[in-house]
Amino acid sequence: MLRYTLRRLASAVPTVFIIVTLTFFMIRLAPGGPFDLERPLDPLIMENLKRAYNLDGSLWSQYLTYMGNLMQGDLGPSFTKRDFTVNDLFASGLPISMLLGGLAISLAVLIGTILGAIAALRQNSWLDYTIVGLATFGITTPNFVVAPLLSLFFGVILRWLPAGGWSSSDPAYWVLPVVTLALPQVAVIARLVRGATIEALRSNHVRTARAYGLPARTVVVKHALRAAMLPAVSYLGPTAAGLLTGSVVVETIFGLPGIGRYFVQGALGRDYTLVMGTVVVIALFILLFNLIVDLLYTLLDPRVRYD
Amino acid sequence: MTEMPIPTPGTPSPQPEAIVGRSLWQDAWIRLRRNRAAVASALVLAFLGLVGIFGPMLSPHDYTRVYPQFVRAPASLEPYPRADVVIPNFERTMARARIEGTPVLENGTVSVQIRDEEPIDDRILRYFQRSDLFINPRLDLAPDGLSGTLSADVEQLYFLFGTDAVGRDLMSRIFIGVRISLAIGLLASAMALLLGVTYGAISGYLGGRGDNVMMRIVDVLYSLPFIFFVILLVVFFGRNLVIIFIAIGATEWLDMARIVRGQTLSLKRQEFVQAAEALGATRAGILMRHVVPNTLGPVIVFVTLLVPKAILLESLLSFLGLGVQEPLTSLGLLISEGAANMRGAPWLLIWPALTLTAILFALNFLGDGLRDSLDPKDR
Repeated sequence: MLRYTLRRLASAVPTVFIIVTLTFFMIRLAPGGPFDLERPLDPLIMENLKRAYNLDGSLWSQYLTYMGNLMQGDLGPSFTKRDFTVNDLFASGLPISMLLGGLAISLAVLIGTILGAIAALRQNSWLDYTIVGLATFGITTPNFVVAPLLSLFFGVILRWLPAGGWSSSDPAYWVLPVVTLALPQVAVIARLVRGATIEALRSNHVRTARAYGLPARTVVVKHALRAAMLPAVSYLGPTAAGLLTGSVVVETIFGLPGIGRYFVQGALGRDYTLVMGTVVVIALFILLFNLIVDLLYTLLDPRVRYD
Repeated sequence: MTEMPIPTPGTPSPQPEAIVGRSLWQDAWIRLRRNRAAVASALVLAFLGLVGIFGPMLSPHDYTRVYPQFVRAPASLEPYPRADVVIPNFERTMARARIEGTPVLENGTVSVQIRDEEPIDDRILRYFQRSDLFINPRLDLAPDGLSGTLSADVEQLYFLFGTDAVGRDLMSRIFIGVRISLAIGLLASAMALLLGVTYGAISGYLGGRGDNVMMRIVDVLYSLPFIFFVILLVVFFGRNLVIIFIAIGATEWLDMARIVRGQTLSLKRQEFVQAAEALGATRAGILMRHVVPNTLGPVIVFVTLLVPKAILLESLLSFLGLGVQEPLTSLGLLISEGAANMRGAPWLLIWPALTLTAILFALNFLGDGLRDSLDPKDR
């Protein structure tokens, strides 16, 4: 197991390397620069600015400098948010995005699994059809529709919850963003678990468990659901990585200080280091969670062995 | 009918005319028609498609026309301006013209009976000509010139879905938004279809090392966070429609390539392909005539599910301000404007949101229905 984990981590290095390199050259080839204003700066000032931010050398030497700093964990200074390094920005924003994303995933797994299992156990009943219908609705309604509607109804019309804004001490501010993030995932997980549970209930090992006379609850929870979690788990890997690194839509609508907005802001402002930093963080999260998914597989499915 | 009669050549059947085989497509069509949700979705889509094509032409307002006097007018079946706006406005103008009376609004015409000791001068009409609310003011004087009827028309405008934050008719904007969203969804899917089918069919048909290399490339592309590349492309290379659909199409072809490759791998070992090879058909000819048409079933299903994905992606880009640019609009842009104005004008959010949800819902149901009807195992 340990050897497998180490090997996977080692094989992730070239992938991150490719992603970082591609992004670096793509953003540099784009027209425009971080210090372009409506009125062009004085050439002398421009030169000094470029020297201060290490933009004066050749593209290749800049790339080597950036990669060298990256190896030491230094993501560089932000070009548009003066006085902040990219590390500072992530240190303040990432915990918020991870808190909201983590809560959303937990909520989605809990509710999605329960709904999916209920639908599968009562297959073709009105309960099943209701859950499947709601799930289709959840999948097709994009979060930039859900977020403002929730904010409108619960924040503006009913005034139960704050319509937007952030407070790290008051959980009332967390509810609407977490629900918005969780809703589509609840829908997907419910559908995946429903399909897999229906299949698992017909499988040999569940039939054997029934034949042994195990109580129905044990058969469903321990044998059928365990096998039925597999598709949901492999779906959750990249999804969790995406949710924990923040959502640009949810952060924009609710006005949250997470890191989800940095990519679009950085790309629009040609903030090279900010864009690169976001890509690095997201790529690391995706690779980490794919690894976690593979390790979870060994726990859930005794047929999967990596040694 | 639960079993399909399979006419086997060689064995004489007692009633040859009674046995009529149904092709996969006929069978799928029959089963699709039985699926009520799919038929309803197809009708909704057809309706929205017509709205997208003809709506902007039939709409009474141009989608770029600004009505500065009707900013954020709520959705309503009644015409604008309202009677409770017209009468006070008319009375104010009358006061300026120093005439008295009680004006009445009827069928889009305001009129008032006036009477004076001195002959009425028709220059009082100028006060009404100056107002942007009244058109064609006129004076019908009695022969003595001391009394008469002053009347003016009011342009009646209908804003069934209300107007937006700068006073443009929301319904016309939704029509154009539906057109843009559907067009981008279809074009991007066509782009992904073309790329994916070509790449997948070539990869699968080549087999061996070529196939290996081509699929490794797909795997590497798969692990990239693609939404970020779409955003980078759109930010850097301009925000026009062509870039948007090329960017979306270029990111959505990977699944298509995998599906087609899998199909091609199994198809190329079949007898009819070997027969074509034995007859000396060229590789390209075999691919085009025999392999690609046989992969269409799963491909069509995938395209139906790809269109909503592309629409969603375009709406997301527009929502972030990276999509189509004003005064052109798309549903995502309308929703984004609605979200910004939802406190004072919730209809600006609700109508575009409902329209987008209806499109996505219908496409998903149609895709599910097609998958069920094209799957020969599921009867």
